Amino acid sequence: MSTPDSTGANSTGTGSTSAGSRLDPWVDSYATRAKNLSASAIRALFAVASRPEVVSLAGGMPYVQALSMDDMADIAAQVVRDRGPQALQYGSGQGDVALREQILDVTAEVGVQAHPDDIVVTTGSQMALDLVTRTFCDPGDVVLVESPSYVGALGVFRSYECDVIHVAMDDDGLIPEALQEAIDTARAMGKSVKLIYTIPSFHNPAGVTQPAHRRAQILEIAQRAGIAVLEDDPYGLLGFEGAPPRALRADDDQGVIYLGSFSKTIASGLRVGWAIAPHGVREKLVLAAEAATLCPSNYAQLTVSQYLATQPWREQIKSFQEVYRERRDAMLESLQAMMPAGTTWTIPAGGFYTWVTLPEGLDATAMLPRAITELVAYVPGTGFFVDGQGSANMRLSYCYPDPDRIREGVRRLSTVVEAELEIARTFGTANGTPGSLSASGESSTPAPDLA
Amino acid sequence: MTHQHILVLSGGLSPERDVSLRSGRRVAEALRTTRPDWEVSEADVDAGLLPSLRDHRPDWVVPLLHGAAGEDGALRDVLETLDVSFVGSQSSACRLAFDKPVASSLISSTGIAVPEFVVLPQATFRELGAPMVMEAVAERIGFPMVVKPTRGGSALGVSIVHTAQDLPPAMVSAFAYGDTAMIQRFVSGTEVAVSVIDAGDGPRALPAVEIVPEGELYDYHARYTAGTTEFFCPARLNTDTTTAAHDVAVTAHVALGLSDLSRTDVIVDDDGIVWFLEVNVAPGMTETSLMPQAITAAGLSMGEVIAAFIAEER
Repeated sequence: MSTPDSTGANSTGTGSTSAGSRLDPWVDSYATRAKNLSASAIRALFAVASRPEVVSLAGGMPYVQALSMDDMADIAAQVVRDRGPQALQYGSGQGDVALREQILDVTAEVGVQAHPDDIVVTTGSQMALDLVTRTFCDPGDVVLVESPSYVGALGVFRSYECDVIHVAMDDDGLIPEALQEAIDTARAMGKSVKLIYTIPSFHNPAGVTQPAHRRAQILEIAQRAGIAVLEDDPYGLLGFEGAPPRALRADDDQGVIYLGSFSKTIASGLRVGWAIAPHGVREKLVLAAEAATLCPSNYAQLTVSQYLATQPWREQIKSFQEVYRERRDAMLESLQAMMPAGTTWTIPAGGFYTWVTLPEGLDATAMLPRAITELVAYVPGTGFFVDGQGSANMRLSYCYPDPDRIREGVRRLSTVVEAELEIARTFGTANGTPGSLSASGESSTPAPDLA
Repeated sequence: MTHQHILVLSGGLSPERDVSLRSGRRVAEALRTTRPDWEVSEADVDAGLLPSLRDHRPDWVVPLLHGAAGEDGALRDVLETLDVSFVGSQSSACRLAFDKPVASSLISSTGIAVPEFVVLPQATFRELGAPMVMEAVAERIGFPMVVKPTRGGSALGVSIVHTAQDLPPAMVSAFAYGDTAMIQRFVSGTEVAVSVIDAGDGPRALPAVEIVPEGELYDYHARYTAGTTEFFCPARLNTDTTTAAHDVAVTAHVALGLSDLSRTDVIVDDDGIVWFLEVNVAPGMTETSLMPQAITAAGLSMGEVIAAFIAEER
């Protein structure tokens, strides 16, 4: 802090009585939880990533161009023409009943059987995350999450002032023994563990998938401990080989709250997702939803409903799978061909992301400005943790750029990593800590509209 | 003055793109309010710029690019080549001002106090061995010290280093923004920014803005999160010190050959000495930036100030 009342200051001068200003008259009125909502140099760098010169491997935008825009236009026109008074009106807080029945056809693909009444339609599954958290968690309650975890979920848990505890993962996802230990440790400290948040299939950002036996172990631990599992499954139908993984909810309809989404299987701009929950939870979610938004958009719901009723949606999902598989292959082949020794990455069998671990001593956050200068962008790993882990990691997405752009992006990235290795060798900064770009407490991941 | 077409340029590819876009929007709005008779448009700096300058040639350009290309003179060089009038300093002056060591040496030669510094490219550390170079630097400059990229703004890549152990990561952070770093003695005191404007009647200082950040460093977070930094404008300095701070800013503006507007950042130490830190040829114009506060404190509006540079015949 400066010391204004020193020799040069605060005496007889013209402006000595001026009052200070913090440029925001409401700064003392904000809730404690708003403290994390602040500017960040990392987030500002993503402003450059939206320029066409930059190959962005940072965003998570689905490749909606794979849809037939003519068909989507027809559907939108049909909805307004044929069902306009309903589409343009308020709807049920729980969501359109016909759509809820159709959602069950979709969830059947991952083995989830339920009743339409068990479903709450939400404005994207992100809203369901919010509703579940506000229903379960008081400030200080523990939410167990994977290491790393989805940044959007971490944001929700933080906004409700949860105590977020990371649980270790390996190439098969959440490690059951680590989960048990985390529960025991938290409880030994007198903490109330409310939720186990997991993305079992094609994890964001880690790119890994829990095999069946591990899902069974995780369910068993949660059941024994009496802790609800919050299963987030936006990518479940976007696998590249074989049948979609069976959801946790398929084997436990009382202990699991299942979140699904049309953002990746149809279009993210429609903002239609859902939660499937046991009846007591569902009742509360509906009331919470009404308090938050009254009801999800009827227009968007009827559009999805019409799409599911008239379009070959399973075929469209296959075509998305093809697009993303080709891009995943381009990324993995490029990483293999170009990245310096000591770099490792996960092999996603579906979804949008691979999780890269840099050679020892490199810090992905500190390296980001150099990458932006070289016209390639990624998301530094620290954004996927609340506790400062992840400095050696980055998330690379292959969902949006075409294969040639992905190859070019990885080529640029490899030169950035080479240059950073040289700096690390020069300064001996093994396990180097980031300097002014420290991500702690600041938003360090891009906005949803980054390519 | 008759109808004018003004083109506000912002964005670009620098790490300060976001800040620049916000500055650009704010200035464009201010100009539209002040001069509803003018046509004010906005553009990014990309491959579409030159064709658009050719097809719809503006009478004046207001460059609000921050960081390299915007402040190093390169873009202004292109505008000069195309004979397009623009607000602010000419490219040759920008080249001097944007390079912190060059500007610091020049300012030092006018008798203004500049904290001792050394300038080292990354290659020097590699070739001579970083531990020995860092040791020598630490011995010369002493702790605490400030490590920063020689070019760039918004405190990106800047660290205050208190111990030898913290020096290597600070160097790595600075080198993420460029190949050369400036390592400077840290001067503790009151951080003050003095904006200078010259609408044809000679450079004059606007009221100094005193910066009191929550933490030690007025960093990116402190700059662009409203509420995290307290500002006093005019700064809580006595008359003599205020005059000295104003003189430093005006002297820097003149010595570097700057035009229209600039902002000089200084530190007033406990003995009342005004130390020059750096000068900005494209000061930030966002809601939380320093120059707009100085303009308001002077009883002016941003639109008036910028419009005066345009209205002035040169």
